[in-house]
Amino acid sequence: MTEENIKDALIKKFSLPEGKVRIQRKRRMSAEVDRLKFKDVFEYAITELKFVILCTITGLDEGSNLSFIYHLSTEDGIVLNLKISVPKENPAIKTIIGYFPAADIYEREVMDLLGAKVEGLPPGNRYPLMDEWPKDAYPLRKDWKQNKTKEQEAKNA
Amino acid sequence: MHKVIIPVGPQHPALKEPENFMITLSGEKILKFSARLGYNHRGIEKACEERTYIQDVYLTERICGICSHSHSTCFVQAVEEIAALEVPKRALYIRTLVAELERVHSHLLWLGVAGHEVGFDTLLMYTWRDREVVMDILAMLTGNRVNYGINTIGGVRRDITPEQSKEVAKATNTLEERTKYYIQIATKETTLIKRLSGVGVLSHDDAIRLGAVGPTARASSVDRDVRRDDPYAAYGELKFKVITDNHNDVYGRTLVRMGELMESYSMIRQLLKNMPEGPIAVKAPRKIPAGEAVSRYEAPRGEDVHYVKSNGSEKPERVKVRAPTLANIQTVAKMLEDRQLADLPIVIAAIDPCFSCTDRLTVIKEAGVRKNKVMSWEDLHDYSIGWYRERGIDFAGLNKKLTRMLK
Repeated sequence: MTEENIKDALIKKFSLPEGKVRIQRKRRMSAEVDRLKFKDVFEYAITELKFVILCTITGLDEGSNLSFIYHLSTEDGIVLNLKISVPKENPAIKTIIGYFPAADIYEREVMDLLGAKVEGLPPGNRYPLMDEWPKDAYPLRKDWKQNKTKEQEAKNA
Repeated sequence: MHKVIIPVGPQHPALKEPENFMITLSGEKILKFSARLGYNHRGIEKACEERTYIQDVYLTERICGICSHSHSTCFVQAVEEIAALEVPKRALYIRTLVAELERVHSHLLWLGVAGHEVGFDTLLMYTWRDREVVMDILAMLTGNRVNYGINTIGGVRRDITPEQSKEVAKATNTLEERTKYYIQIATKETTLIKRLSGVGVLSHDDAIRLGAVGPTARASSVDRDVRRDDPYAAYGELKFKVITDNHNDVYGRTLVRMGELMESYSMIRQLLKNMPEGPIAVKAPRKIPAGEAVSRYEAPRGEDVHYVKSNGSEKPERVKVRAPTLANIQTVAKMLEDRQLADLPIVIAAIDPCFSCTDRLTVIKEAGVRKNKVMSWEDLHDYSIGWYRERGIDFAGLNKKLTRMLK
């Protein structure tokens, strides 16, 4: 399946607006979907379009929204960056461990570093921050600043 | 039988990196294995957002001490894609050459560690001695044993001379001969075969389901390799086989890595032979236009993924890194289910988790002296003897004895 076919299939199946599915270059595609449509698009991409490899999940702080990009790949190297945005006040996403059990650690990572709420993820060890890490402090959010010790500040001054 | 939970790490005398494994045992049998990671989290992704692109090249290089070139290449590839830079072919060839040399050193290192974990320390001594050949070559080409600093945005920083090219070819011959010997050991030596076979079994389906990458996946017949499937740098122009194996165990992982070494030698020869002439870098802008890119790289341990988002300034908006060990560590629990505790070290080692590797002291700056001085092997030897003598330990007698013995 070529990039063009995949693009057409996605647009046709989910009646996505033209600009939301893009071919960035050979073997690189991106698609932005509504959070409510995500599950269907994701399932379709895996089962019908054969995006059988999950590379990772990237979380982004985009001001009033948090975005999550699911980097999926086919066996022959086409990468689809499937992006969803959720409001920062309630950054809830659904777990994908039903499709990719290995996504567990990637989901825990966006929970720790960006404060995502992953629904359906069973309790387990957090990753990568320490257990004593303060609540509601998410280092990859843009408004997070490191609390420097007095020695560090003196050194930088 | 009574259940016992053994914690291994994060600080443990036999563990080289801070991680925590909780192992639930019934007698010698492992019932459950769980890993707690993150003790080495250094906030590099956040740090990247606060630095310029060029600083980030060096920062990402320091994510790992062994596959440092993997991370810096993966990062610059993404930035080059966003900035639409046409990287000269010669630069891509040099990048790929260093990449394959890095794979050689990494796989030889792994073979030594694997030998050590099963009590075959002669293999460790042999492979690490031979690994010095490739380390010297890397030091000659880049100036460093690790953290080569060869990459820059838009190309590479050092050219390769015809003399260096000859040295690389010579070293490749030596290494190939040694690797053939190791393949012979791996396929004929009964104790090694018996110790590694049936240990750390990961079925083909589990490897795919759990998202294994690199040699760990390929030893379970998962035919995936980014170098072939999503070619980058000069890989599109090279002829090579993707090595897979159907043993599904530590023995299979050993065979895959040995096979990959042989492929690397062939690739190194092709790169040297077909190295195009021309510039080694194009000038990159300080500010990178807004955009995003995903870059993939087949590191020695498996697929490395970087995502870079730029906002038009001189600092990236977001840098995301997925190192191969994060994908592979999740397979370990499966490999250890219902297995013996004694298999734990080799099974963990068999995914080749990233252990740090330290640099040597070669260049020193003397106070008041402007010029840097390069220490020769003899200088370094004398320096170490002097260092101990100052602390009341004298090697003079031992040294004489050693000199006599060497004569």
